[in-house]
Amino acid sequence: MSLRSPLSEARGLGSAKDGVGHWWMQRLSALALIPLSLWFVFSIARYHVADYPTMLAWIHAPLVAVALVLFFLAAFYHSALGVQVVIEDYIGNEALKIGGIALVKLAHFALAAASIYAVLKIAFGAL
Amino acid sequence: MAENTTAPKSAQIAARPLSPFMLGPYYKFQLTSVLSFAHRISGLALSLGTVLIAIWVLSAANGAWSYAQFATVARSIPGEVLLFAWSWALLYHLCNGIRHLVWDSGFAFEIKHVYLGGYLVVAISLVLTAAVWAVAFAV
Ligand code: HEM
Repeated sequence: MSLRSPLSEARGLGSAKDGVGHWWMQRLSALALIPLSLWFVFSIARYHVADYPTMLAWIHAPLVAVALVLFFLAAFYHSALGVQVVIEDYIGNEALKIGGIALVKLAHFALAAASIYAVLKIAFGAL
Repeated sequence: MAENTTAPKSAQIAARPLSPFMLGPYYKFQLTSVLSFAHRISGLALSLGTVLIAIWVLSAANGAWSYAQFATVARSIPGEVLLFAWSWALLYHLCNGIRHLVWDSGFAFEIKHVYLGGYLVVAISLVLTAAVWAVAFAV
């Protein structure tokens, strides 16, 4: 049993019921994405013309693999939170809204898992 | 309950231009609102872009043949144009995101600074995009 009064449980949570949690994680992931996406956009500009062995060797390097995993974690998390806000802003129908957010979250989870798996497969695999 | 005589008649309500429908004849575009739209549009475009990024790394993990298929599309003219547009969208969203974080910290709310920040964000994102591609091709 919780000893907190109903008032103290409701206080600060606002109409969205999760307080500033969503807002704060959007900013925190944005902060992480400043260095990560600067590095990523430059790397893609540089390596998108690389041949297959060069690309594999690049992803295989430990620092690059870790940076890619961090970028994917931050980007998919930030993206899921961001698209959720857009859906909440434009979709009035409650069922469509909940369904849309669920779909967006699941799709982001799936893409994040697949992308990170792909990086690790290359990183741990033989060249 | 007394009749509210100052309330607009329903015909007047129907004729009144409302937010998104004001775009066009009733709405004067300003740097502030356009950049705000641009942040949302670029954010959504980048979210779609993550699908292509996932396809890129999955095709690389899948083997030489899949990677070659991806690379053929990525290095076509439309592929390169899309990649360049993506890089600008990302760098614009990044610069304007920093502007958002500055606001969130409680700074630069005076109209003068809001406009200055807006012009800076557009200029810096363009310079960064040019720099990224120039350096990428130079090294
Ligand atoms: C792969 C990279 C990124 C993706 C997919 C992405 C996506 C999004 C999306 C969809 C939104 C919601 C837009 C809205 O509510 O109008 C958003 C908001 C935001 N993004 Fe990003 N973003 C990315 C990178 C970044 C970076 C590098 C920053 C750097 C500071 C950033 C800062 C922000 C901020 C501060 C917001 C909140 C804006 C607001 O409250 O209106 N984002 N992002």
